Amino acid sequence: MLDPQTVSFTLNGTPTELTIDASELLVDVLRDRCRLKGTKRSCDVEVCGACTVLADGLPVSSCTTLAVDIDGKSITTIEGLAKDGKLSRVQQAFVDHAAMQCGFCTSGMVLATTALLEQKPSASEEEIRHFLRGNICRCTGYIKILEAVKSLV
Amino acid sequence: MFLAPFKHHRPTELSAVFEALAKYGDEAAVYAGGTELLLALKARVLRYEHLIDLKRVRELAGIKVDGEELVIGALATHHEIANSAVVKQHVPAYAALSEGIANIRVRSAGTLAGNLSFSEPHSDPPSLLAAMGASVTLVSPQARRSVPAAEFIVGEFTTVRNEDELIAEIRIPLTRAGEGYRYLKFGHLERPAVGASAGCIIRGGHTRYRLWLGALGDHPIHAAEVEDAIAGVPVALLPDVLPKLAVSFASKISATSDLHGSADYKQHLASVLMQRALAAACAAASGERVSHA
Repeated sequence: MLDPQTVSFTLNGTPTELTIDASELLVDVLRDRCRLKGTKRSCDVEVCGACTVLADGLPVSSCTTLAVDIDGKSITTIEGLAKDGKLSRVQQAFVDHAAMQCGFCTSGMVLATTALLEQKPSASEEEIRHFLRGNICRCTGYIKILEAVKSLV
Repeated sequence: MFLAPFKHHRPTELSAVFEALAKYGDEAAVYAGGTELLLALKARVLRYEHLIDLKRVRELAGIKVDGEELVIGALATHHEIANSAVVKQHVPAYAALSEGIANIRVRSAGTLAGNLSFSEPHSDPPSLLAAMGASVTLVSPQARRSVPAAEFIVGEFTTVRNEDELIAEIRIPLTRAGEGYRYLKFGHLERPAVGASAGCIIRGGHTRYRLWLGALGDHPIHAAEVEDAIAGVPVALLPDVLPKLAVSFASKISATSDLHGSADYKQHLASVLMQRALAAACAAASGERVSHA
């Protein structure tokens, strides 16, 4: 490590402290150090949304976020949504509507939807489409995803 | 992709930022959201030995009204700007533009000051800031100066900002009654192929217009000859004169063909978007509410 840094943050509700190199990206720290493989790396340029995690409730691209920048923040990954073995309502809606095909975009879709509903519990279809515009389903299964999200508002 | 190693600095005061910049020179870069810089670092287009995080420099934070201007601090993210009650009330067109930038993840992390500093040509804010008469405040250890947003970007990834200067804030004149602005864009990719910004200013029965184009050149393009030709033309009569002028002006823009579209396609988009943006700006000037771009 050229520049070891200690970061203190909350990971899925648990206070966490890690020593990382300043150049490490959040997606690698989550996947390889924290062993949370639900966060996916795909486009690597902030376009597709597969690597979405929530930082203080807002979606960010973990592929293009320095892990040192999460110091002091609360990070939620897909692994942090279910409580006591029970899926969150967003996860359950995706299951109920079969809103996934290959599943690679699903973590990001579910987290982005979770953030949207936090901000706009009664989002209109236009608002849903706008907010999820940056999450790409390469299988093109958007209609089922939209139906799942609409069932929650 | 992985980043080449660097030393990370996290100053909490502007003076400490300037000290670090003076010490490390062109081996150092400042960042806030990192949405543009980190992509360039990952692609190994840029390489720095030192990265200076500005996010804890409180002097650069905040959004407020100062006299007749809205002041957007360098650390304000697109998401904060889009959702700020002050911005929505006083410069609704700029709030709407912010809500349309890239995607929610970029808006959550990326800042307006970072966007302007990087000056990637396929960007939303510059043309509207120019049309609204905004200015960019630059600070250095020695001085503070204000540059019109219309003159800030001079080319691809090139601005008038000197190496020892930072953007402190962006100032946008408050939109007053009888004024309306609007930004419209089109593109198939995340970034706009073409953006058009228009303003309509009605004062004492006389109407003036503002028209700027973004993304299809290496800096915002002022449609000055169209503005001059339609100055004083009442809003209701614009459809009689604007289409021909817009097509003529757009056909003379030296657009480049790239993955966003061919040059003639972009010229077509420019002529259509100019007309639509101006019509929307006129509607806003007469009191119509703006929705996001």
